[in-house]
Amino acid sequence: MTTDSVQPLIHAMAEKIRRELQHRDLTNPAMVGIHTGGVWIAKRLHELLQIEAPLGTLDISFYRDDFTRIGMNPQVRPSELAFSLDDRHIILIDDVLHTGRTVRAAMNELFDYGRPASIMLAVLVERSGRELPIEASVVGRKIDLGSGEHVKLTGPDPLALHILRIT
Amino acid sequence: MNGPNLQLDEKGRLRHFLTTEGLNYQVVTDILDAAESFAGVTEQSVKKVPLLRGKTIANLFFEASTRTRTTFELAAKRLSADVLNINIDASSTVKGETLLDTLRNLEAMHCDMFVVRHASSGAAHFIARHAQPHISVINAGDGRHAHPTQAMLDMFTIRRRKGPDFGALCVAIVGDIMHSRVARSQIHALNLLNTGEVRVIAPRTLIPADAESLGVHVFHDLSQGIRGVDVIIMLRLQRERMQGALLPSEHEYFHLFGLTRERLARAKPDVIVMHPGPINRGVEIDSKVADGPHSVILQQVTHGISVRMAVMSLAIRSQTTLNE
Repeated sequence: MTTDSVQPLIHAMAEKIRRELQHRDLTNPAMVGIHTGGVWIAKRLHELLQIEAPLGTLDISFYRDDFTRIGMNPQVRPSELAFSLDDRHIILIDDVLHTGRTVRAAMNELFDYGRPASIMLAVLVERSGRELPIEASVVGRKIDLGSGEHVKLTGPDPLALHILRIT
Repeated sequence: MNGPNLQLDEKGRLRHFLTTEGLNYQVVTDILDAAESFAGVTEQSVKKVPLLRGKTIANLFFEASTRTRTTFELAAKRLSADVLNINIDASSTVKGETLLDTLRNLEAMHCDMFVVRHASSGAAHFIARHAQPHISVINAGDGRHAHPTQAMLDMFTIRRRKGPDFGALCVAIVGDIMHSRVARSQIHALNLLNTGEVRVIAPRTLIPADAESLGVHVFHDLSQGIRGVDVIIMLRLQRERMQGALLPSEHEYFHLFGLTRERLARAKPDVIVMHPGPINRGVEIDSKVADGPHSVILQQVTHGISVRMAVMSLAIRSQTTLNE
């Protein structure tokens, strides 16, 4: 895949999110991207959907469940949520949905900022390998990967999807 | 006292935090970067992250302290650790044997980290040397030797106000350098960050004879010493450590070395004034300066929490990788 195919995926995601919001009758949502890839995609979606609240960003490093195994990276970007989460509908954006652990950590962090009315998950790529009962409402592209295969988003400009085979 | 390398693991990462002496630029910068990350936690409605959930941290305070103990406690709680506060009677002389007994008991309670404040220099090193390998030790002030987390929160305050280029800064440390573990730790940290110029300003009786070997410029006149500086760090006049006739009187000290608005005018217009607390108003600093627009004294207290969160999580990291 190259840069060319990421842009249409994002446009398709924006359309799906719009329909989903309409279908669920949700107004005045806020958008939050998960560092790093999720923020890149969220920036574009935030613009396409003309969301009023400033884009929120999350660095979930402090909420990871494998901290005691891998330790801390001192350069954690500060999470920025410049709006009240209380009673807000949140659209959570990540690049790749794999095990579901990142999304779990992100939801834990969101709840430390307030009590959102709802959280909707939108991802650029959904791949196999879920370890938690977490699913996305909006998916840019579904990719079936074998064991040893990984998908990686590089960016922010240009955005490109790569499928890597680690042998 | 053991060498400072006791505090780094074989990969050069923080394992204990005992002194700023002998650390390196990378470790010091990692602490400051991590503290920056933790500063955001205070803005959450739940001021807590689950990083150290299930860890037990014992605050061993053999010497009285309110601010340091409280901020260590708060830092540990914001990291979701369980905290034991143990105040050991400061008046009783604590012998090595008793200290080891205390240590063994706390180890038997499965503590993961000791935060130690002690009136004897080297106490934290002693504990780090004798504690089980999975335990990290943080020095919260030992005798006249070191107070590394205070020094790091001061560096953090300077970096936040003046930017990351310490090479462009002139920093003056004023007061009782002789008895000050804070000054010692600050000077090492400022040197590691390649600070442009470090000055120490004090009466001859309150400055160690070998001060210049630490790479600082010595001044005995406050008005002269603070000319053109970017940062002034005032030290507390430590009445309880003062023995013999080092000073004529506190009144006399204020007259010569007290920071007043008139004297402050000689520093750079955007100078910041720091103080580790507690302040002796009217002894080393005038209230108008301590509460004035240049003062960042209360911000230092707030930063103390983020910096201590950083040190605790970095030291625990090395400890976890130790088990691999």
